[in-house]
Amino acid sequence: MTELNYAAPDSLDAAVGMLADAGAGARILAGGTDVLVLLHGDLIEPELIVDIKNIPELTEISVEDGAWRIGAAASGMKLMDHEDFAAAWPGVIEGVALIGSVQVKGRASVGGNLCNASPAADSVPPLIAAGAMANIAGPGGKRDLPVEDVITGPGQTALEAGEMVVSFTFPKRPPHSGDCYLRLTPRTEMDIAVVGAAVNLTLDDGGTCTAARVSLGAVAPTPLLVEDAAAALIGTSVDDAALDALAAAASAACDPIDDKRGTIAYRIKTAGVMTRRAAETALDRARRN
Amino acid sequence: MPKAHVTTTINGDAYEVLCEPGQTLVDVIRNGLGLTGTKEGCSTGDCGACSVMLDGELVCSCLVLAVEADGKSIDTIEGMAEGEDELHPLQRNFLELNGLQCGICTPGILIAARALLERNPDPTETEIRFWLAGNLCRCTGYDKVIRSVQAAAEEMREA
Repeated sequence: MTELNYAAPDSLDAAVGMLADAGAGARILAGGTDVLVLLHGDLIEPELIVDIKNIPELTEISVEDGAWRIGAAASGMKLMDHEDFAAAWPGVIEGVALIGSVQVKGRASVGGNLCNASPAADSVPPLIAAGAMANIAGPGGKRDLPVEDVITGPGQTALEAGEMVVSFTFPKRPPHSGDCYLRLTPRTEMDIAVVGAAVNLTLDDGGTCTAARVSLGAVAPTPLLVEDAAAALIGTSVDDAALDALAAAASAACDPIDDKRGTIAYRIKTAGVMTRRAAETALDRARRN
Repeated sequence: MPKAHVTTTINGDAYEVLCEPGQTLVDVIRNGLGLTGTKEGCSTGDCGACSVMLDGELVCSCLVLAVEADGKSIDTIEGMAEGEDELHPLQRNFLELNGLQCGICTPGILIAARALLERNPDPTETEIRFWLAGNLCRCTGYDKVIRSVQAAAEEMREA
């Protein structure tokens, strides 16, 4: 068994240097709600744990000219308690609110939820629907990656050795915009998604949908950006016919597995139902602002 | 790596402890410092028995490394009563209304319930149930837990 070391650098440069030096032997500790379970279950044996919560940009939440930036290690409860961010992106907060218990959300972060790379991660579809970018730092410098390009398979990400997600940036919100995330689980709380559906849309002054993004979780090896579903809304008044087309496109995009939470057929059907309901709520929100 | 030197405040008292880098906070609280009121159930953050407050945030102490607590403030069940004679209203109502059976989940539930009432002095039954969703009771005495929290909340609002 390798000896474990712990470091809590207070600057991004120091953290990136440590991660680069330690290579595959390093694990990043944000909220720890996944990593510490793996560590104490002897499923990973890192030589170095790099705690990134003492780095200011990892936990800050800020807005500049309507464009939000949230630190990748900011806890779920910190995000949920941030009234202005929650008002701007209610669908993102709906995803964050479903990550786990209050205790887990007191620690778990959006960056960790993304980098754990579960197909069913609840905060990821609303980030994808929002058009959020992952701001990444690594030995080669900084780069931005659309959130939908970060997860490449179950437990797999596009991050290179030594790279870490620092923060997420959100596009400035046009007027008449709304988003929503809905999840289907066997229980009402503390469960893993059978289907997660996120819709983000913008209307013009006449109520016609001018932009939309749709994302699904738990119905494929990675969370999906479903462009066909968004296309079903754009140019319409988001009427029943558009919502029917949206649901059909969402179901058609699914490539799910059978498991104890739901069958393939059930996931495909409910993906359409949940996407439609999420769109109805996003529409209602867009009409109010 | 040599043992880490961690300085922390628990229930208002300063503590210094040496711990292994991988050691959990609940392990150090219980086995290092002898504060055994905090229980360890699942060790994976599912049951909430090890709930403590870490710098004012409700967390599972099995999902915190003890080294992360350096310089931070922790509140455990041992600090809940006022001295030796006066229980917290939550503790008293749990006793009077049988809000516990075997008691293993109780310290975690009390810590979590106090955190709820500090944020929301008048929660609905639904709000209490969702807030306590991360605290499992194997005796399944949930209804009496909820009633005990409601009674304590009412008493605390009137105080």
